[in-house]
Amino acid sequence: MVILRNKLRPFSAARYIGLAGFVVLATCLCYGQTPNSCLDCHSALPDPLGVSQDKFSQDIHSQKGLSCASCHGGDPASDDPDKAMSRKAGWKGKIDRKQIPQLCGSCHSDPTYIRQFNPSLRTDQLDQYHTSVHGKRFAAGDTKVAVCTDCHSVHDLRAPSDPRSTVNPVNVANTCSRCHSDAAYMKGYSVPTDQFAKYSTSVHHDALAVRGDLSAPTCSTCHGNHGAAPPGLDKVQNVCSNCHAFQAQMYEKSSHKKAFEAASLPGCVVCHSNHGISHPTDAKLGTGPDAVCMQCHNPGDACDQARAGLRSSLSRLDEAVKRADQVLRVAESSGMEVSEARLGQDQARDSLTKARVTIHSFRTDLVDQDIQAGLKVAERNLQAGKKAMVERNYRRVGLGMSLIAIGIVLAGLRLYIKKIES
Amino acid sequence: MSPLRNVRNWLDERFGWDDLIAPLRKKTVPLHRLSYWYFLGGITLFLFVIQVLTGILLLLYYRPGANEAFESVQYIMTQVQFGWLIRSIHSWSANLMIFTAFAHMFSVLFLKAYRKPRELTWVSGVILLFLVMGFGFSGYLLPWNTLAFFATKVGTEITGQVPVIGKPLVIFLRGGEEVTGATLTRFFGFHVAVLPGLATLLITLHLLLVQRLGISVPPKLEVEWSANPSAKREMKFFPNFLLRELMAWYIALGVLGALAAIFPWNLGVKADPFTSAPAGIKPEWYFLFMFQTLKLIPPKVWLIDGEVLGVLAFGLVGLLWLLLPFFESDHPSRTKRWITGLAVFALAYVAGMSLYGHLAK
Repeated sequence: MVILRNKLRPFSAARYIGLAGFVVLATCLCYGQTPNSCLDCHSALPDPLGVSQDKFSQDIHSQKGLSCASCHGGDPASDDPDKAMSRKAGWKGKIDRKQIPQLCGSCHSDPTYIRQFNPSLRTDQLDQYHTSVHGKRFAAGDTKVAVCTDCHSVHDLRAPSDPRSTVNPVNVANTCSRCHSDAAYMKGYSVPTDQFAKYSTSVHHDALAVRGDLSAPTCSTCHGNHGAAPPGLDKVQNVCSNCHAFQAQMYEKSSHKKAFEAASLPGCVVCHSNHGISHPTDAKLGTGPDAVCMQCHNPGDACDQARAGLRSSLSRLDEAVKRADQVLRVAESSGMEVSEARLGQDQARDSLTKARVTIHSFRTDLVDQDIQAGLKVAERNLQAGKKAMVERNYRRVGLGMSLIAIGIVLAGLRLYIKKIES
Repeated sequence: MSPLRNVRNWLDERFGWDDLIAPLRKKTVPLHRLSYWYFLGGITLFLFVIQVLTGILLLLYYRPGANEAFESVQYIMTQVQFGWLIRSIHSWSANLMIFTAFAHMFSVLFLKAYRKPRELTWVSGVILLFLVMGFGFSGYLLPWNTLAFFATKVGTEITGQVPVIGKPLVIFLRGGEEVTGATLTRFFGFHVAVLPGLATLLITLHLLLVQRLGISVPPKLEVEWSANPSAKREMKFFPNFLLRELMAWYIALGVLGALAAIFPWNLGVKADPFTSAPAGIKPEWYFLFMFQTLKLIPPKVWLIDGEVLGVLAFGLVGLLWLLLPFFESDHPSRTKRWITGLAVFALAYVAGMSLYGHLAK
């Protein structure tokens, strides 16, 4: 013990320090590296047994520190396949489809366990699943219905916020359509398979997929996700009202609500349809191909007259707004300062939007209030535009007169120069 | 005796009016096929006077300050009687003045009017051109609209690239780290007090030098006229040339009025420091050739930052441009070619880069 005898020489000290450093470095390198013999073999196997290192590293469970053994059991530390996949070591092999919801739920229904990874993540997915059409059928022994892995995928499962996730809002409809658009797979269920095709043409799809508005509805917004089920005929308006709150308030006050309920008609869906909801236009109140009122009402009756009145009011305000817009646009392109009136046009447009929302009350007096407010603003803006155009013309006349005066002075100067130089 | 002559006699008795204007009476303007270029200086002066007059009128209503500037200009444009005309003339006249100042400079360059003994006339003129561009830069911010705000932000940022003094210079120009209401107040001060004071002094000097040294004649013609004095043609400055200049001013006034009435100067949208800069933002046309050059310089040239190199290069070119007459040899034939070549290149570069900058996205 050279150190204890105080006879440490420089070379010896360097040797000891080097050795200690090597030990520390080796410890650091080995620390945290849990051996995973599963991937050593399975990354080399073809599908369905193959799971590549790259694929599994994308999986949120892998990223949170879980391993193959967390679901499949066994001993990933052993290089011996017999020991690694030993039933004694708790190896479960391929998870039986019937066990999947319960297996996922063993962690995801445990708030104490989930809290350590994500305190805001809900833990009622399994309970909700049991209430869903999928869950109920599954409990009844139908294993064709969706279980967790069908929607979330497996081994490369990503957080829903990840745009590559199968349950990211942008991808949800595609994920659902994998089964629900497959007529052969859905054979035997009394469910249509054209929902996705219709949804793809809808205003909601346009908002979500084209405009990138992630708050726009997809399948799970109306049907729920883990507790997915049809909303029910009499509850449709409750679903729509989550976003379209003002329309729902108006509908609640309307005579249609009672009538629809009495006739067991599905509220909003009667006029707007469900999956293929198109962009609503005033033509819905008309008598053309897009008209909806005349599907139930008779031409010439009191309701038809009210419909015509509502349509005419909306058209009147729409045209007034467009007229004011046009005049203001010309004035602005002529360099006139009409920004205040242009801003005021937003107010007129708001009134038009409000009137279109109030239509859901089916009361002409309420709609008329919004129409009158909008017409007043549009008229004020139109007058501002016209005033600007009068001012523009006045300026041009003034310019013309000034140029004539300048021309006369120039001619006079020219004559004077000629005179003094002659 | 006419009342006008009475007034003249009264003035003459008190401070010798006739002696004072005697040089003007003797002053002549050379007459040749390029004489019309001589009008450009006068037109620039006329536009400067228009700027002073309309600027004073705008001052009656303009309020400097981030919360008031835009609204006060909006008020001038919509509520004040003929406010739109005054503001539009001020803006158009500013642009025309910069254009005529550039044209005047290049005409002086091509006619070789800068050469001995007129070196100081050139120097004062080039400084005046820089001042006029300073007027443009400071005045552009005053309406406090989005474009002006971000143009000032970018412009002052470029100033910050000057080594050593760049950072303190930006702080001085902005009145802080960022473009704020303090910058607006500062620019207002430069625009209505500092720059007009300096410009007035330099214009006085410039005019005195022109008066003292007379109007230059192109070298070739000078040689011809020296050899054959009978071929020399001149026009009296007063009243013959001045009346023609007056005609040019009237035409400029007509053009200004037409531009203001048909294309009133846009007010834009009020500046919001918290929004992002509009896409493809560009400075005013007279800074475009420098802006586009800076954009084209690679981020690193050898080991030097490209933008720093660009700013230094423009500073050096500006200084050399200012001292250009001093590079002219006493033997005109030696420098004639390269200075004319330089002038052609400079004009082509400024025009080409401005056009490229205008068309570039």
